Amino acid sequence: MTLLNLVNVSVRYGRLTAVRDVSIDLKEGQILFITGPNGAGKSSLLRAIAGVTPTAGGHIEFDGAEITGRAPEDIARLGFSMVPEGREVFGSLTIEENLLVGAGMHSRTAGAKGRTASDLASVYDTFPILKERRHQQAGLLSGGQQQMLVIGRALMTRPRLIAIDEPSLGLAPNITDQVYERLVALQSERKLTLLIVEQSSARAVMVGGRMILMRSGGVVLDGDARTLGNSEAVQAAYFGYEEQ
Amino acid sequence: MLQIIFDSLSLGSLYALGALGIALIFGVMRLVNFAHGDVIAFCIFALLWPSTDAMAIVFAGQLPWYLLVPLVLIVGAGLSVLCEITVFRHFRRANPATMMIASFALGFVIRYFLLMLFTSRPKSISLLPMLSQPVEIFGARLPLLQLITIVATVFILIGLSLFLRRTRFGLEMRAAAENFSMARMLGVRANRVIMGAFALSGALAGAIALIFGSQTGTADIQMGASIMLMAFIATVIGGLGSLAGAVLAGFLLGAASVVMQVMLPVDARPFRDAFVYGAVILVLLLRPQGLIAARGTKERV
Ligand SMILES: Nc1ncnc2c1ncn2[C@@H]1O[C@H](COP(=O)(O)OP(=O)(O)OP(=O)(O)O)[C@@H](O)[C@H]1O
Ligand SMILES: [Mg+2]
Repeated sequence: MTLLNLVNVSVRYGRLTAVRDVSIDLKEGQILFITGPNGAGKSSLLRAIAGVTPTAGGHIEFDGAEITGRAPEDIARLGFSMVPEGREVFGSLTIEENLLVGAGMHSRTAGAKGRTASDLASVYDTFPILKERRHQQAGLLSGGQQQMLVIGRALMTRPRLIAIDEPSLGLAPNITDQVYERLVALQSERKLTLLIVEQSSARAVMVGGRMILMRSGGVVLDGDARTLGNSEAVQAAYFGYEEQ
Repeated sequence: MLQIIFDSLSLGSLYALGALGIALIFGVMRLVNFAHGDVIAFCIFALLWPSTDAMAIVFAGQLPWYLLVPLVLIVGAGLSVLCEITVFRHFRRANPATMMIASFALGFVIRYFLLMLFTSRPKSISLLPMLSQPVEIFGARLPLLQLITIVATVFILIGLSLFLRRTRFGLEMRAAAENFSMARMLGVRANRVIMGAFALSGALAGAIALIFGSQTGTADIQMGASIMLMAFIATVIGGLGSLAGAVLAGFLLGAASVVMQVMLPVDARPFRDAFVYGAVILVLLLRPQGLIAARGTKERV
């Protein structure tokens, strides 16, 4: 079943076109990597889906509902959870408060208290370091811990899809390994759909799944990560040889 | 000496409450709301029958205090939310300068509306007259009102901080103040948070109106403006958007004004405000980010 469907989506900043006519069809339970060099438009695309950057054309459907132009909070409430580039923890809030912000959208439903408590327990189970430091200010966490916090915070919204922009940014390779290990485990346990943005295709090749390569705002390649990753086409696309 | 402390605290209370009202809205919207002072004035005039007489008829004056106080707070909150819905909502995506100008314009609209109904003549009113009796504490004679002002402010501050720390709405407001677009991506409803901030800020304006109105015994269309200026300065030195900073700076400004009034040589007293502003400039030179720098310089979306 298609969970996220983009049709000819474009994003413009003034006269600069950052994303040009991108169409992607993402099935429930898939892992999709969007890779590409600096300025390819990956973050712009993700922000457009989340509703924080307006689209300049095309339309976006999530779970069969049109979400183009809708408010970020409405899109989040449908089950699209975004972890933006640079993580964006609420630094002055404690770790537990950060997590609880994510639980807010379900706080009006029946049995919310118990559910929030069990969701919190399960996030702490996945990331024990967060439990240890739950009453500390989130701004004091290290980069890797912040990455775990924002993934946990996204989980608290009980999402169907998590979109993560460059989870490896600024992390040591072994910490990145840990983050990915948890992500993949969560994906298979909960039937989550993952949309992960990374600059390099190396992670996609390690983890597997589907991979899309973007360059100058457009989709250049789309296919199985392991097959694509080692092909010359990827190397070529990165450095733009195909134009010559 | 005791007198000076109490004077500082009660003047500081007004500035602190005013600064809080500005900082709350700045926190979630990056809007410096210059209409706040006119909301304060409106709260008092809402209790009067429209007339041009110098002696105003306070139609709500017969109300017992436990009805009068909530009434004024609700008027403030209501007007403030109305401003948000009719004006500021349409400027959400505008840049801060545009919003600030919109707030100036809105302030003028409120002020001229009052002017039309009441003329510019200040009116003498008596709100809560029982509060003007003096009380004796530690050998100093203080107006009961001054004491109540301080106690009420302390209660408001404690109440507000509990609200922000302990309730879901408070949590969402703090998150939104730090990073509005991230909060929205987690499902926090922008409209609800912003309206909540306006309602709180308006209720604070109502509280100031009550205190100021009973202290001075007049209803003056200009009354908001004088407090607003100091309150605005307090939010800036407190660190724009930092609530704790706004309160701290409000009290410091109150103390500075009172102390200078007493300490300056008689000839220099008329220039008291110049000295206070001089001190403000000094603070900003030393700490441009304010006393307590607010987190979250992230843009609103
Ligand atoms: N807020 C903005 N205003 C103007 N231009 C922008 C804005 N954000 C991004 N751009 C431009 O849009 C283009 C795409 O940027 P984007 O951040 O989407 O790329 P990216 O693929 O995420 O790159 P990176 O790997 O460096 O994060 C770039 O040319 C960038 O300069
Ligand atoms: Mg990016």
